[in-house]
Amino acid sequence: MSSSEGAPESWISSFCSLMGHEFFAEVSEDFIEDDFNLTGLQSQVPMYKEALEMILDVEPEEDEDDEEEEEEEEDEDEILGDEKPPGYRRPGERRHTRVASDLSVIESSAELLYGLIHQRYITSRPGIQQMLEKYEMQHFGVCPRVYCNGCKVLPVGRSDTPGQETVKLFCPSCQDLYTPPNSRFHSVDGAFFGTTFGCLFFMTFPDLDIGPRLDSSFSALSPTRSSSLTSSSINNQVAPDVPPPNQPTEINGVRTINFSPGLGPGRIYESRIYGFRVSERSRSGPRMKWLRMKPLDIRELDELARYELLHGSADNDGDLEMGSASGSAQSAAIAKRKKAPMRRRRYNPDQMSINGAEAG
Amino acid sequence: MEDFNSETDSDYTSYWRDWFISSRGNEYFCEIDEDYLTDRFNLTGLNTEVAYYQYALDLVTDVFDLDADDDLREQIEKSARHLYGLVHARYIVTTRGLAKMVEKYKRGDFGKCPRVMCEGHPLLPMGQHDVPNQSTVRLYCPKCEDIYNPKSSRHASIDGAYFGTSFHSMLFQVYPTLLPEKSIRRYEPRIFGFKVHASAALARWQDQFREDMKASLREAGVEAKFAEDASEDEELEDDDDEPLETKEEKVAGDAASGRMDLGN
Repeated sequence: MSSSEGAPESWISSFCSLMGHEFFAEVSEDFIEDDFNLTGLQSQVPMYKEALEMILDVEPEEDEDDEEEEEEEEDEDEILGDEKPPGYRRPGERRHTRVASDLSVIESSAELLYGLIHQRYITSRPGIQQMLEKYEMQHFGVCPRVYCNGCKVLPVGRSDTPGQETVKLFCPSCQDLYTPPNSRFHSVDGAFFGTTFGCLFFMTFPDLDIGPRLDSSFSALSPTRSSSLTSSSINNQVAPDVPPPNQPTEINGVRTINFSPGLGPGRIYESRIYGFRVSERSRSGPRMKWLRMKPLDIRELDELARYELLHGSADNDGDLEMGSASGSAQSAAIAKRKKAPMRRRRYNPDQMSINGAEAG
Repeated sequence: MEDFNSETDSDYTSYWRDWFISSRGNEYFCEIDEDYLTDRFNLTGLNTEVAYYQYALDLVTDVFDLDADDDLREQIEKSARHLYGLVHARYIVTTRGLAKMVEKYKRGDFGKCPRVMCEGHPLLPMGQHDVPNQSTVRLYCPKCEDIYNPKSSRHASIDGAYFGTSFHSMLFQVYPTLLPEKSIRRYEPRIFGFKVHASAALARWQDQFREDMKASLREAGVEAKFAEDASEDEELEDDDDEPLETKEEKVAGDAASGRMDLGN
């Protein structure tokens, strides 16, 4: 399958440069050409074959030698009730017989298909890498929340089914979802990014600094904003802001410094009237503080450790045994895991030799 | 002047203020009454804050008749805008000012909450400081009780002190019926349909905090209601809160159609 890579602009790059399509990564043609990556999409996209051809800028004539795709084509033709005889495949002819309305249908199908492929692509290794570059260049914008201090956001969907909701922005700093400020994104389908991408991205790049410290360029741009933040944090220092010592570097699989840095004490808005905080007992008092809370001592979120602490001390005998049993089981599992690569290493040469023998 | 949909109640048109509130980027401001501006008591202390104070005040009240060159005029113009902003912060916490701002709030003049779970709830402008030149204007969402940066850059340069720290809280003290129903809905990050442990653990911890808050408030005799648990508490409320109900209605009448349509 050859494609017009030499052409000035492929369908994919022209699609991605369209207004409102700034969030999209350019899916590599290798990814699209691998049929495995397209599993199940045929039933979701009308005129699938034509749409795929359009995305890949493939001239229809070049598919003739491909038996499998020919079959698909015939199926498609039957569904569409196409009157063309099987031997019609002359590219010029085909172009002429395709009416304008047909083309627009294919165009929209191609967009849908591209979106669905895109959803899969950005969770793949090359795709997520491409999105990382876009993320670091701040292509997706920043969190509108004041206390997130301009944390960069990521486009995500709330549904993996197309046609349900438009694209949203996920802020890792407050773990919340926002509507893109620019209305041009209000027509982009959220399913083209998918529900998985947002979290998977930050798990793939756990060392990505999402805290406000790296945002020096942002704070340099608006000195008032940074100055206001420092003074407001001084204002809010009613509660002791310093977390207790011995904070683990990792909590629940996330680096502590990268774990929702926009939440917690000092980063929760408190409404005040003439400098006095509005009481919780007031009818209009604060009710939503929990949404932006984070324990000062991050170890409070280690539920297993807390459980063990609580119940291990309550009845020592049973739990201690259980604990030791599970502990030994755990250590055994760890030992097994440690052994595994060794074993693999031991087996691998054999396999290699077998393979080599087969090859030879 | 009809084009500007002037909110003034004085008989003669206020050219400068009409121009000011209708010019691009000043959509958050409401028009200050003539008599509020001319009452010297309301301007206490501002003469030290604003350069060319008297000229600026004259300009704002349309009695400016100084033959100034362009440079000076520009200076005075700048001062006038600053003065207007500072008086505005004082004006919008008065009864009349609040009423005007409530109208703007209901129209959604200040924008909608960007948070998806707030479903486009209207915002209110506010400042993090009452002293000028400290921070720019922020937008407060009464539904999630958080503050956001305005999405448009033309609003991002407005001084937060022109709205002040107290205004939005004051508004809901005066119009408690406008308080939106709070929601416990939140975004749950998922990977291939599975919740993510770190976020879920934090969510559980936050939920525990919320339940603790509700319990302590109930102990104090205050009911903290959320949209999700409204159905079960509804009957209880209706049974024993008869006097409260009538009071609410009275306030609602004051607020002039206090119910908001959350849909827009």
